[in-house]
Amino acid sequence: MKLKPPSPSDLGDRIRETEVWKSIFRPGSIFRKGYKDTSRDRALATMNNVLYHLHPVKVKRHGLKLTYTFCLGGLSFFLFILLTITGIFLMFFYRPTADIGGAQAFADMQSIRTSVFFGDLVRNLHRWGAHLMVFSVTLHMARVFYTGAYKPPREFNWVVGVILLFLTLGLSFTGYLLPWDQLAIWAVTVGTSLAGYSPFIAKQANFLLLGGVVVGPETLLRWYTLHVIALPFVTVIFLAVHFWRIRKDGGISGPL
Amino acid sequence: MAKEDTPLDQAVFDSTLEAELAKGTDRRVAEGRARSAAVRAYRASHPEEAAKHEAAGAKPAAAAAVAGNGGAAAPAAAAAPAGAAAGAGAPVAVAAAAVTTPVREAPLPTGNVPTPKKGADDKHRLLALVPPEGIQRVEREQGDRVNVWPHLLIEEFVAMFILMAGLTLFSTFINAPLRELANPNLTPNPSKAPWYFLGLQELLRYFHPMVAGITIPTFILVGLAAVPYVDRNPSNKPGDRKIAITVFTMLFMFGGILTIIGSFFRGPGYNWVWPWAQGVFFEL
Repeated sequence: MKLKPPSPSDLGDRIRETEVWKSIFRPGSIFRKGYKDTSRDRALATMNNVLYHLHPVKVKRHGLKLTYTFCLGGLSFFLFILLTITGIFLMFFYRPTADIGGAQAFADMQSIRTSVFFGDLVRNLHRWGAHLMVFSVTLHMARVFYTGAYKPPREFNWVVGVILLFLTLGLSFTGYLLPWDQLAIWAVTVGTSLAGYSPFIAKQANFLLLGGVVVGPETLLRWYTLHVIALPFVTVIFLAVHFWRIRKDGGISGPL
Repeated sequence: MAKEDTPLDQAVFDSTLEAELAKGTDRRVAEGRARSAAVRAYRASHPEEAAKHEAAGAKPAAAAAVAGNGGAAAPAAAAAPAGAAAGAGAPVAVAAAAVTTPVREAPLPTGNVPTPKKGADDKHRLLALVPPEGIQRVEREQGDRVNVWPHLLIEEFVAMFILMAGLTLFSTFINAPLRELANPNLTPNPSKAPWYFLGLQELLRYFHPMVAGITIPTFILVGLAAVPYVDRNPSNKPGDRKIAITVFTMLFMFGGILTIIGSFFRGPGYNWVWPWAQGVFFEL
């Protein structure tokens, strides 16, 4: 008997019939054999996927219109994920120390740019992505205002959004210090000098922010911790509430 | 047995439907009654079909009993209406249990973890008989909705890929700035905050630092958060929201213009410069 190798499509079918494959992809997955482009399977495709099930099964038709949302909220979230991934990559090559003898942080920045494989590209993505995220979150807020999407029952989600805008600025600003170059410390010096004018708690506020009286190594460690774990942690919590409330408040607002 | 493959007595169906509709019954209810009448009529006239139905639908124990009694019992059971047969043999105790009114026998909650009752079933039975009259048409605004998969998700993927491609291209060709090592003793001129704070830095030129640095930012944040509680106008039509839109647009533009001035029109000593004449003193 002559053995014939299975054709690619035949092989694909056989793989998709295995128990392992079927255990990974739940019924209704588009990767599962027998997916039919019916309303039922389309619904299952959304429901049975951990990522997609943030979405409802169906959305209002006008929400698809590009000029209603401009995808700004979704892109802000995507940028947050992109920044998390590139940020984790950068953490492998960066030490937040800036002692008097030699600023390790700055040396690490230079080595990321020159000797780390793809280091320069990833750092560029991280930095430009961060600026873009501040921009897209601001525009998202404007969009939500112009479509009146903060009106009942979505009042509280707007407040959560304002907190997220504040957190985005905080994430961006704390990250701004980390390269430990002239641009970083002076921008941060200017930015934080304003805290020194707060009523009653000027000194305390400044000390809390800087870990000292001027921007120094303690500031770097403090802001690094805020940047890589504390603020992202809080942001993820508020993001979860934000997305959950969109669903609970009846999906996208409108139509106008 | 699925609804489709239950044969109907068409004549009975038509007449019952007509009678019910004449009585003014809702069409769905009328159709349900007509269908059940037609099925009963068909079973009455075709005993062998009904027996098959009983054997397939009833519990295995009941099926065995029918088989044990031999062929003689089958036509007798089938001749009677399906409901009566079920009641006599009591094989469909599930259905009977579902329609009886529940009586609360358990004691009041104690807060302790409940222990299972001895001899109780492990499974919940989720079967109920619903009379056609019980079916209600729910009037809810369905709205014009589309499936998230594929319509919305494809849109999101495309947006994501465009952004990713654009950002990757940009990052490939344009490097993020990295100046010389930080030196606390050498203040660059001008020293500027990151761009999103340059509006506030610009305000520092006109106001006391406490106003520009504390009062106004606090006002912006609290004011933004308070927007939905201040603007109680329920409409989201732009035509009904002229004041809200005007105020927001003016403040937004004001912030934008301040940021642009702080970014591009301020040079050494934070003095006014024309970017096309003296150059741009701005770094991201």
